[in-house]
Amino acid sequence: MNPFDFQQPADVDAALAALAAPGARPIAGGTNLLDLIKEGVMKPSGLVDINPIAGLAAIAEDGTGLRLGALARNADTAYHPLVRERYPLLAAAILAGASPQLRNMATNGGNLLQRTRCVYFYDVGTPCNKRGPGTGCPAKAGLNRQLAILGTSPQCIATHPSDMCVALRALDATVHVRAANGERSIPFADFHRLPGDTPDVDSTLQPGELITHITLPDARRFAQRFEYVKVRDRLSYAFALVSVAAALDLAADGTVRAARIALGGVAHKPWRVEEAEELLTGRPAGETAFEQAAERILRGARGYGQNDFKIPLAKNAIVQALTNAVQKNELRGAPR
Amino acid sequence: MDAYRQYPIRLRINGEDRAFAVESTVTLLDLLRERAGLTGTKKGCDHGQCGACTVLLDGRRINACLTLAVMQNGHEVTTIEGLADGDTLHPLQQAFIDHDAFQCGYCTPGQICSAAGLVAEGQAKTVDDVRELMSGNVCRCGAYPQIAQAVCDVMEIEK
Repeated sequence: MNPFDFQQPADVDAALAALAAPGARPIAGGTNLLDLIKEGVMKPSGLVDINPIAGLAAIAEDGTGLRLGALARNADTAYHPLVRERYPLLAAAILAGASPQLRNMATNGGNLLQRTRCVYFYDVGTPCNKRGPGTGCPAKAGLNRQLAILGTSPQCIATHPSDMCVALRALDATVHVRAANGERSIPFADFHRLPGDTPDVDSTLQPGELITHITLPDARRFAQRFEYVKVRDRLSYAFALVSVAAALDLAADGTVRAARIALGGVAHKPWRVEEAEELLTGRPAGETAFEQAAERILRGARGYGQNDFKIPLAKNAIVQALTNAVQKNELRGAPR
Repeated sequence: MDAYRQYPIRLRINGEDRAFAVESTVTLLDLLRERAGLTGTKKGCDHGQCGACTVLLDGRRINACLTLAVMQNGHEVTTIEGLADGDTLHPLQQAFIDHDAFQCGYCTPGQICSAAGLVAEGQAKTVDDVRELMSGNVCRCGAYPQIAQAVCDVMEIEK
């Protein structure tokens, strides 16, 4: 590892002051950042360890919703009683990601800031517009089996690797950040961005801003019929080729009152098309409607050769996730 | 930036208070192996992908390769060397022997520490749960069936 300074500020204000130094970066779980430093992909001049800051690890009710501290560990979030009861889709998505060891260390804030696992981004011996703006993108004509089919740009076809973020997108989360000059809230849809001409910028988090917590609105109507489908090259502990977070609110006669569908593994950000969800509203929850919603979500999708298969795979995964979501309630026999 | 700055830290390792001075870049794994003389914890991939470096940090399993020693100042670490009670093996160690759950043995310390974390977490109810929750530990000999048996035995999960 390249040498770096190390600090442990006692509170958020001290952390923000330390982060004002050029090249300084916050570290929380470190499960992705340290890996990237070891590979020479990221070379911070200083690490600001925010773990000792009190109050950032809490998970608690917040009005009608839930507040997830930025420093709460992924495992603690997934197994938290309120998350399991009210946001089981989020618990399922978190538990589909990484390994128990990593989930014990990785934090909620850090999960949002994971960098892509595109092999060219990780290999400092190759060009990559995300790692070195303007150097090129070998992925478009190269190893792109894992990479994006939606929202790509000529500069970058990287995907965001998180499972947790796919559920947070489906559940309308909000990201809360602090900077030296105040606080602001970022709707989850606006937190991650598409690559465009600046693929080196993953999110709308500004330099000097620190994520303090994430909030979720009341989503209990989606807590009965939900599914997180994750398709990957092995059964466990691998990044998604395609993942789908789906949740349905059904009327007693089986028609859809509301639907939520978000995709992972297909774009630079969790992918959600609210128009497709509206296509389902008021219709019987069945294959015909699900297929039409899937078609709408994947409108404009394009492959780059090795990842062409992801387009039909994603369609099938969406239909499967929604079908499973309907059946899940039948299996449980949960009262409505 | 002073590349060679030493950071004084204290760790409780296997029940013993130890003091070190480390550079910022030293991982917990390298501290255990190179500075604390505890080579039971293995360096496999060094990128959090194989689980050979699994230790218990404040009782919870983590990859020692993906955290800095300086970040763990004041915390408690348990390695494979700290699991036995004197000459009496930890039940998981004994179960691994009873079920022939290791071949080359390189992944074994990480497997056993991971299993100890799994038992403490209390989430596994079936053999499939055990398999899923041991998925962060890779064994290239393929001793998985025996490893799952050993863990299930200790947890009294029917196989």
